[in-house]
Amino acid sequence: MSMSETQRPAGRANRRARARLKAVAGFLLVVATTYLGLVAVTFFIGRVVPIDPVLAIVGDRAPARVVERVRLEMGLDLPYYQQFWLYLKGVLQGNFGTSVLTTNPVMTDIRRVFPATMELATVGTVIGAVIGIPLGVLAAVRRGSVADQVVRIVGLIGYSVPIFWLGLLALLVFYARLGWTSGPGRIDVVFEYTFTPITGFYLLDAILARDWAVFRDVLSHIILPASLLGYFSMAYVSRMTRSFMLNELGQEYIVAARAKGLSETRIIWGHALRNAAVPLVTVIALSYAGLLEGSVLTETVFAWPGLGLYITNSLQNADMNAVLGGTIVIGSVFIAINLLSDVLYRMLDPRTRTR
Amino acid sequence: MSETAMTRREWLLTDRPQSRLQARLGRAYVAWRRFTANRLAVIGLAIILGLIVLAVFAPVLAPHSPYVGDLANARLMTPGPGHWLGTDDQGRDILSRLIYGSRLTLQVVVLVAVIAAPIGLLVGTVAGYAGGWVDAVLMRITDIFLAFPKLVLALAFVAALGPGIGNAIIAIAITSWPPYARIARAETLTVRNSDYILAVRLMGASPWRIVLRHIMPLCISSLIVRVTLDMAGIILTAAGLGFLGLGAQPPLPEWGAMIASGRRFILDQWWVAAMPGFAILIVSLGFNLLGDGLRDALDPRGSGQ
Repeated sequence: MSMSETQRPAGRANRRARARLKAVAGFLLVVATTYLGLVAVTFFIGRVVPIDPVLAIVGDRAPARVVERVRLEMGLDLPYYQQFWLYLKGVLQGNFGTSVLTTNPVMTDIRRVFPATMELATVGTVIGAVIGIPLGVLAAVRRGSVADQVVRIVGLIGYSVPIFWLGLLALLVFYARLGWTSGPGRIDVVFEYTFTPITGFYLLDAILARDWAVFRDVLSHIILPASLLGYFSMAYVSRMTRSFMLNELGQEYIVAARAKGLSETRIIWGHALRNAAVPLVTVIALSYAGLLEGSVLTETVFAWPGLGLYITNSLQNADMNAVLGGTIVIGSVFIAINLLSDVLYRMLDPRTRTR
Repeated sequence: MSETAMTRREWLLTDRPQSRLQARLGRAYVAWRRFTANRLAVIGLAIILGLIVLAVFAPVLAPHSPYVGDLANARLMTPGPGHWLGTDDQGRDILSRLIYGSRLTLQVVVLVAVIAAPIGLLVGTVAGYAGGWVDAVLMRITDIFLAFPKLVLALAFVAALGPGIGNAIIAIAITSWPPYARIARAETLTVRNSDYILAVRLMGASPWRIVLRHIMPLCISSLIVRVTLDMAGIILTAAGLGFLGLGAQPPLPEWGAMIASGRRFILDQWWVAAMPGFAILIVSLGFNLLGDGLRDALDPRGSGQ
């Protein structure tokens, strides 16, 4: 009797530890296979699909000597599995080859342009969340009302509109006609040489340097593309907020809170939204990942010197190393955010914890 | 009540259908009633039917040639009588180009659906029915593809394959099958151990026959909903590829490529770039509305939200 009593809790703790270990191992397997898949697909795109991968990298005007050297450098005389192994090793070391267009290593280029994309996507996500959550709450609380319909239509248009087209129109109206914002680019030429970025996030850099003229200029440049991305994020966030809130508002604890005599404001913002916040974190993380991707087209329209513009410029110049390097980086960040939001959800919601 | 006294409506809604056909028609009627009760969904359906009509009768409906313009007298004309949506830099009537472009849009949407949906359906049903390591491997592959950024991957694919509308369709299809596999697997898991599957198996049906003849048909309706909802995204991706010069090549009147070529004149002749964008917006809005409506009509469980 006494034996079993002392053993049982130990056995249970053991089992729990083993379950947790299994969950962690499973998660690591997911991470590893997903990244391996990403590298495999880009390998396939870069080496297997093109008829002549060397031509795709050096261009058709390269002398035969160069072509032969690159062919050997890339290991194209080896069987595919050995090539893949070499490719994988290179990618893991952050070596994506050299860009034909800029003649820099692709990784150096990406490091230079990536902060611009991050800044744009971050500001866009903030705009999307700050506007989208209240709109979603409003739509849920006034379900079926005119406000609900308007939020729905605005969201639907956000899902349906081509972002590059909306960007062009926004430039036409707010920059060319009204003159409210700055045009394409990230910062005015006037400041280009006097302003030295530290972090690469220009808004932050301007604050750090206490240079308010630059800050205003950077802000007037970022506001249009970021609002545009924010609109897309808002469409998604408001729709999901509405659905989460409807779900929460139908629960019994809301009835109990009403019976207790709590104010409606308190019930909505303090109780219902608080419970809806957990899945919302996931939604916002996913929309952030979506904006990183959406920035490809936006950056092209606004001549925003980020990773998206880098990829499309490289595409136009058949610079395959740069395209694939950019794809791997965007893909990696995208996957990382996806996985992180999953982990975050499990950590924040006690219901999903293993007992 | 005798059979002859039944109205057509009663015949459709009867609890005791006399034939399989009657039961099917009855079910379709109920779904149709639920669908038409949603005004926005009907608008969506009208838009898509309009698109199909435009595509089919493009030569009859288009007032001008989509390829040959009047370079001498009609360059960059403002919208007005004669050219209702204006003309582009080569003097071509934008309305006519949009009408012909509906063929390309429809082509992309249909081909992507025809390629991606069966792949997803096959992967999902096989994984769900087989279970075990087959399921684990297939679903891991699906999840890997699901985790990729679709547009960027499609870009890289087209970059390797070379620009063109056919390659754009392949690239989009390759990146859009995973959600269908997930849906098909979920549906398969719910019916896998049901009595009728056990009965067919008892009668000696092979696993392939069970999957192809008895499980796949059940996944179709939820798959149609999802495909319809995805159409808007497919159109936007195709237009994005066209805008970047990777999709349909000039002089094809693809809407995204038309925006790209109108971009140079955006400040003075805004309509050249603006009109194709409206067309894309209207059509993808139509697919979104139709998809929402179909989801509510075919799947009453999810209509609460």
